[in-house]
Amino acid sequence: MRFRTKVLAPVARRLASALAVMTGAAAIAFAALQLVPGDPVQILLGQNNTASPEVRAQIRARFGLDESVPLQFLHYLDHLVHGDLGQSYQLQQPVSGLISAQLRPTAQLMAGAMTVAVVLAVSSALLTAGRRPVLRAAAGFCELVAVSAPSYWVGIVLLTVFSFQLHVFPVAGDQDFASLVLPSITLGLPIAGLLAQVLREAMEAALGQPFVLTARARGVGQTGVRLKHALRHAAIPLVTLTGWLAGSLLGGAVLVENIFGRPGIGALTLQAATNKDMPVVIALVLVSALFFVLISTVVDLLYLLIDPRLRTG
Amino acid sequence: MSTVASPGRPSARLRPLRAPRAPQRPGMLLATLALVVIALVALAPGLFTSQSPTGVRITDVLQPPGTAHWFGTDQLGRDVFARVLYGARPSVLVGLGSTAIALAGGTVMGLAAALGGRWGDWAVMRFADVVLALPPLLLALLAVVILGTGELNLMFAVAIAFIPGYARIVRAEALVVVRSGYVEAAVGLGLRRSVLIVRHVLPNALGPLLVLGTVGIGMAMLSASSLSFLGLGVQPPVPEWGALLSGGRDFFQSAWWLGVFPGVAVTVCVITMNVVGRYGQERFTKRSTR
Repeated sequence: MRFRTKVLAPVARRLASALAVMTGAAAIAFAALQLVPGDPVQILLGQNNTASPEVRAQIRARFGLDESVPLQFLHYLDHLVHGDLGQSYQLQQPVSGLISAQLRPTAQLMAGAMTVAVVLAVSSALLTAGRRPVLRAAAGFCELVAVSAPSYWVGIVLLTVFSFQLHVFPVAGDQDFASLVLPSITLGLPIAGLLAQVLREAMEAALGQPFVLTARARGVGQTGVRLKHALRHAAIPLVTLTGWLAGSLLGGAVLVENIFGRPGIGALTLQAATNKDMPVVIALVLVSALFFVLISTVVDLLYLLIDPRLRTG
Repeated sequence: MSTVASPGRPSARLRPLRAPRAPQRPGMLLATLALVVIALVALAPGLFTSQSPTGVRITDVLQPPGTAHWFGTDQLGRDVFARVLYGARPSVLVGLGSTAIALAGGTVMGLAAALGGRWGDWAVMRFADVVLALPPLLLALLAVVILGTGELNLMFAVAIAFIPGYARIVRAEALVVVRSGYVEAAVGLGLRRSVLIVRHVLPNALGPLLVLGTVGIGMAMLSASSLSFLGLGVQPPVPEWGALLSGGRDFFQSAWWLGVFPGVAVTVCVITMNVVGRYGQERFTKRSTR
């Protein structure tokens, strides 16, 4: 009984709001499909095709374009629920197949970027939180640059230095681990900057807490206090932020995959946007929304389990 | 013995009370200076260079940086320094324009949420949730596909992702104002809704909006230059910084200066807006907590 009201109710609430956001995203996607300039049949046929009215009517019927708009939306939702994301105008293939074929390189890139971001942010915060002002100012400046520099430009600079001049890493492609290094750094750097800023602030707040003094009094060393006590305390906002930023990775992947000539979801997105292949663009927007909603819901639910104070909310 | 403080009057205890301001902020000074320079360059790029940003000179193709061309020349022999300077205006304008659009949209939506009753609030806030769930760059790509490329369309495309943030602030400020005693009294005396918005709600929301908007200009410039770099924003004849980088792409391997300098310009602008915005944020939260 207690379990049901304390845990199940908030869990149900989070799931319901996640579902509401996804329905909203689908509605925006559908509206966007309606807003594309031009006749969808003409887009399907190609610009120069002059098909007879009978053929056009057939296409209209096949894609359900002859139904009323609300009915089309319901059909659209039904297709989405069954994993059918529609048909690419340009490539004449199911969008879901196109996306799943590109998942692996992008997933690798995102994992690499998150690793870079977390390692850089945690080490920067551990080394500089509560230290001398000069050190903190230097780290603060680096973080500011990391957050402010456009990621496509960071990629270009890294390519220029490490690929064109030093020939350490390959210029393009995704054959091996070496080709993953520069893209991961490029995608992870702005996230590292943001995480480091937040983490250091949280660490400094934690280092001023009485429990740190207690730990020091018990004989725990300066490094031990930072690693075992302050970092654990400061990691809570980090988890929220990491979840939130993971959603934005897909946007960054568009740029990074473009600069480094990698295949993946981002490259697919750009190709679709450039060719005005609306079903693909829409599907990718929906997939990224789903990705974001999943991560933030899981993070929220994790908090419910970790932090009992939130269960009454 | 004059250097030793007399007992009972410890000068050390008085010091923090006397100097609560933090004028030792070289970052803020630099940022202000940078802001002035950026504004001047954007308004009158001709003051800083005698070179033309479009002057094609086949004899000077892909020259490295030197005394004749500070930032080198591009594949058509155009002076990169001049192109970066002349690129300031479109780049800054797109950042300012999309922030203005986002602020206007956010204000309207925030007011609709705060004053539109339960359903208005629900609709606006759920819409904000959905938009916030989408990566800003993807949202902008989607908008560009619908609207097409070009400067004005780019501004709208970039602005959409920023609207929910501003809407939430306006809503929060508006709710505080509407529930305050003096406004309830004024409404009781027959205050019209339009007067309530103009005289009470907007002035209160202005401070936090402007502070967030300052940081927002930098972020909008990042987003807009990214789209231009991808070929979906400002189109090549205009020397916008992202478009400049995009135009030099095939030559980065041999001519590093084409890839470096326009990006430095974007980075300096965004850093400047971030520093100024954060300073404003600090000042603002200090004032409102006192």
